[in-house]
Amino acid sequence: MSLDVRVRSRLSPRFTLDVAFTAAAGTTIVFGASGSGKTTLLRLVAGLRAPDEGRIAIDGRALVDVDAHIDVAPPQRRVGFVFQQLALFPHLTAADNIGYGLSRLTAAARQARISAIAQSFGIAHLLGNRPASISGGERQRVGLARALVTDPDVLLLDEPLSALDHETQSRIIADLRAWNEQRRIPILYVTHSQREAFALGERVLLLRDGMVAADGTPEAVLNAPSHESVARLAGFENLLDAVVVERRSNGGVMVVRLAGAAVDLETPLMSFESGDRIRVAIRAGDILVATEHPRGLSARNVVAGTIAALSRQGAIVRLEIDIGVPVEVHVTPTATATLDLQTGREVWLVIKTHSCHPVSAV
Amino acid sequence: MDWSAIALSVRLAAIVSAVLLVIGLPIAYWLTFSSSRWRFVFESIVALPLVLPPTVLGFYMLVALGSRSPLGRAWQTWTGHGLAFTFEALVIASILYSLPFAVQPIAASFAQIDRTLLEASATLGVGRLRTFLRVVLPLSIEGVLAGAVLTFAHTIGEFGVVLMVGGNLPGVTRTVSIAIYDDVQAFDFASAHRTALLLLLFSFAALASVYALMRKPWAVAPLS
Repeated sequence: MSLDVRVRSRLSPRFTLDVAFTAAAGTTIVFGASGSGKTTLLRLVAGLRAPDEGRIAIDGRALVDVDAHIDVAPPQRRVGFVFQQLALFPHLTAADNIGYGLSRLTAAARQARISAIAQSFGIAHLLGNRPASISGGERQRVGLARALVTDPDVLLLDEPLSALDHETQSRIIADLRAWNEQRRIPILYVTHSQREAFALGERVLLLRDGMVAADGTPEAVLNAPSHESVARLAGFENLLDAVVVERRSNGGVMVVRLAGAAVDLETPLMSFESGDRIRVAIRAGDILVATEHPRGLSARNVVAGTIAALSRQGAIVRLEIDIGVPVEVHVTPTATATLDLQTGREVWLVIKTHSCHPVSAV
Repeated sequence: MDWSAIALSVRLAAIVSAVLLVIGLPIAYWLTFSSSRWRFVFESIVALPLVLPPTVLGFYMLVALGSRSPLGRAWQTWTGHGLAFTFEALVIASILYSLPFAVQPIAASFAQIDRTLLEASATLGVGRLRTFLRVVLPLSIEGVLAGAVLTFAHTIGEFGVVLMVGGNLPGVTRTVSIAIYDDVQAFDFASAHRTALLLLLFSFAALASVYALMRKPWAVAPLS
């Protein structure tokens, strides 16, 4: 099955969603900052909002086609939707929530379907409970089960796991993957979490200002951003201004000089010319910290600096290292203690060539 | 105490409450969920009896129900007698007069329902009528009951419209508030006291049950 979307929808005088893509069976991650049009896209597919122009079709069956005056009502679309706030019916038990869309079945058939999906999602023991009396992760599973049990042709998920801890997220992602191995329907999964994108996505569609800004595998879109705004979205903490000083085509690398610091970094060779002003995107977790000048490393970039600030945030310690410009580095609390990292201490940063992503700075 | 007047008032209030429940639900639904730009006009019409003097409403009702009006004539041909000064006229007038007391609490409780629940229902393949029965109604049952109780209480106590449209025919249009008025006119203060106290207690009990149902302060203020 495949979902074909080409629509325009004007949300305000200054914002128009204008996207065209085909989602094959499997999970397509819809990634983007808030206000980029992700939720609107899902609402258009579900029929909760009408587009101004264009067509949405599942395997050639039009759900909406503005030119042909087709607009199938949401109940007839066979599009499952898991809302960000879940929208479980508070007055119904988990079982009645899951069975809500199955009223055409006989009571016995409905019961069988509810039990089967509850088993596979590990919620069989709480079928008699109302949403208010179960945990967040359990509610999430009920919400997923309620949408999946109706056997939709397309599944839409609007940040369904954003409120959960990582462990619960991983388990639900595994359940969802297992479910779709058998069904093979197109799933549009809205998130702004890279973890979820990498764990679930076969493909990432990056929305920016209502347009598809990038489209490819999670690695291609999120790990090798081509554009500064993409890098920012993809969670690159460091975006450093730089100028290309040398291209070494035979080595497949180039050298860039950071603006405001007399520091050269080696990066993968990209289609920039010497003298181009670019930015270098580096993840804070991809930078190593050494308290002595390291030797004999394969990593090409070793830069001296001073710890300017240090703060703990949950399981990570954020270091701000001054190398002429501030650079954010994440280390573990244990590393901080073992190396006796503290403000004012001189350190060396070690960065692999392929952890430095040159992006155009426009 | 004028038991026949009390019985008449209770019968009137029961009929009016039942009818208003049936027509109040769709009106409240439309007022809550419609995106029509003319919604404010209909909201104003529904709320009109709250501010209109009962005599004004009663006067227009009398004109509309009289033997020279199309409705009055149709009634005359159909039943063989006029509509004005009958129990049926009281019912029609009371329905209009109590409309906001039924519609507003119901609409207020509809408005508190998370719209996403209705969207979730639609994406699960369930149409609007079934969504109304399975989600909207169960989640606003307190407001619906409050609307019914308020309508009942308001109809029991109405006076001006009844006097205009129904007159004062014992056993036909003589309601409990008219009975009190008559007692006072006849200086029968003891009888007036008894009936008035009964109405007072009843009204308090009705309001207390509404507030207990809604569990929110001032939930039934007419224009809330």
